[in-house]
Amino acid sequence: MSKVRVATAWFSGCSGCHMSFLDLDERLLEFAGKADLVFSPIVDIKEFPDGVDVTLIEGAVGNTEHLHLLQEIRRKTKVLVAFGDCAVTGNVPSLRNPLPREDVLESVYGKEGTPGLHEGEVPALLPQALPLHAYVQVDHFLPGCPPSADRIWEFLRQLLSGQKPELAAPLLTFG
Amino acid sequence: MITLRVDGQDITASPGQTILEAAVAAGIRIPTLCHLKGLTPRGACRICLVEVKNWNGRLVPACATPAEQGLDIVAHSQRLRDLRRTILELLFAERNHVCAFCVSNGHCELQTLAAEHGMEHVRFPYRFPALPLDASHPKYGIDHSRCVLCGRCVRACSEVEGAMTWGFSGRGIHTLVEADLGDPWGKSKTCTGCGKCVQACPTGALFERGKATSEQVKKGELVAEVTERRPRVQG
Repeated sequence: MSKVRVATAWFSGCSGCHMSFLDLDERLLEFAGKADLVFSPIVDIKEFPDGVDVTLIEGAVGNTEHLHLLQEIRRKTKVLVAFGDCAVTGNVPSLRNPLPREDVLESVYGKEGTPGLHEGEVPALLPQALPLHAYVQVDHFLPGCPPSADRIWEFLRQLLSGQKPELAAPLLTFG
Repeated sequence: MITLRVDGQDITASPGQTILEAAVAAGIRIPTLCHLKGLTPRGACRICLVEVKNWNGRLVPACATPAEQGLDIVAHSQRLRDLRRTILELLFAERNHVCAFCVSNGHCELQTLAAEHGMEHVRFPYRFPALPLDASHPKYGIDHSRCVLCGRCVRACSEVEGAMTWGFSGRGIHTLVEADLGDPWGKSKTCTGCGKCVQACPTGALFERGKATSEQVKKGELVAEVTERRPRVQG
């Protein structure tokens, strides 16, 4: 049986979900027996490949680069998973959402040549940091800040064995 | 004594008891949010909606509907679970309920209900309203982003403490819980600082200052402890 092609991506988030993924520890060996990690912040591949089976995205959609990559990932992925609270709800990056984007950027970087206002060396900040499903169809949601390694493993175990992953409380809480 | 049926189980109730009280006494749990034992029922959140079969399947709040002879009630079904989940999603979408940095993370009634009802995401667009936080009181604070407008604080303050500090201002989604007609809480002339409102609050909206998240466990049951010790007024 060929291995499942899995990718992960990191948008507007703290990388805590990826750290929690690495906390799978010895279960990573079992994961590696069933899946190939074909794109991820923890592997050195620059372009998102075609024909990916499962992609886990950590983080909210905060800037134009996230949005472009999200749309590319959606086109190239069979099963898209919102990985952690930022991807599911907006979470901490969405704290800025009640405030105008311009005020947020100028209060941090000043009024002269403020980066992120327009497309340039850094991508433009979107007016609000939103969850993935505000833009594309998301197939599964894995909440938690971060989701614990046990929770991630329970989810992956179900998904990789071909089941529809279903987490119940207490494995379903936000925060 | 009244006899009624809940989820196919025959149970009894005393005259004046609500459907919720009768169900709880019979060991049947119906989820609630705005309800708190010891306070007047308000029926504000609709989480405790149940279906009355012999009223053409009408949905009524169990906390605010008197038990009646012969009622045949559904308290748990896929339809009710879906309705309750939808209500929870609307609450989450309405204000900024971000569990990750909330003082009530891990012991919040809203967070627990969401998990119980399988709410793995919110299907409605979040409103992200700009809402104030009032930390003017020396012992307590109020974060309107976390408020679900259940009114437990308002009722605890008026019915149990008798201070009537808290009230509602505004309408609909613009409603805010306010102390003394909108004064900062710390400037309130009526607040006794008793903290019953904080203990009654189901979320992180009302909190004790200087306490870490793990210490911020609410003791809502103290409201009934206080009211049950009071002498009953005849009449």
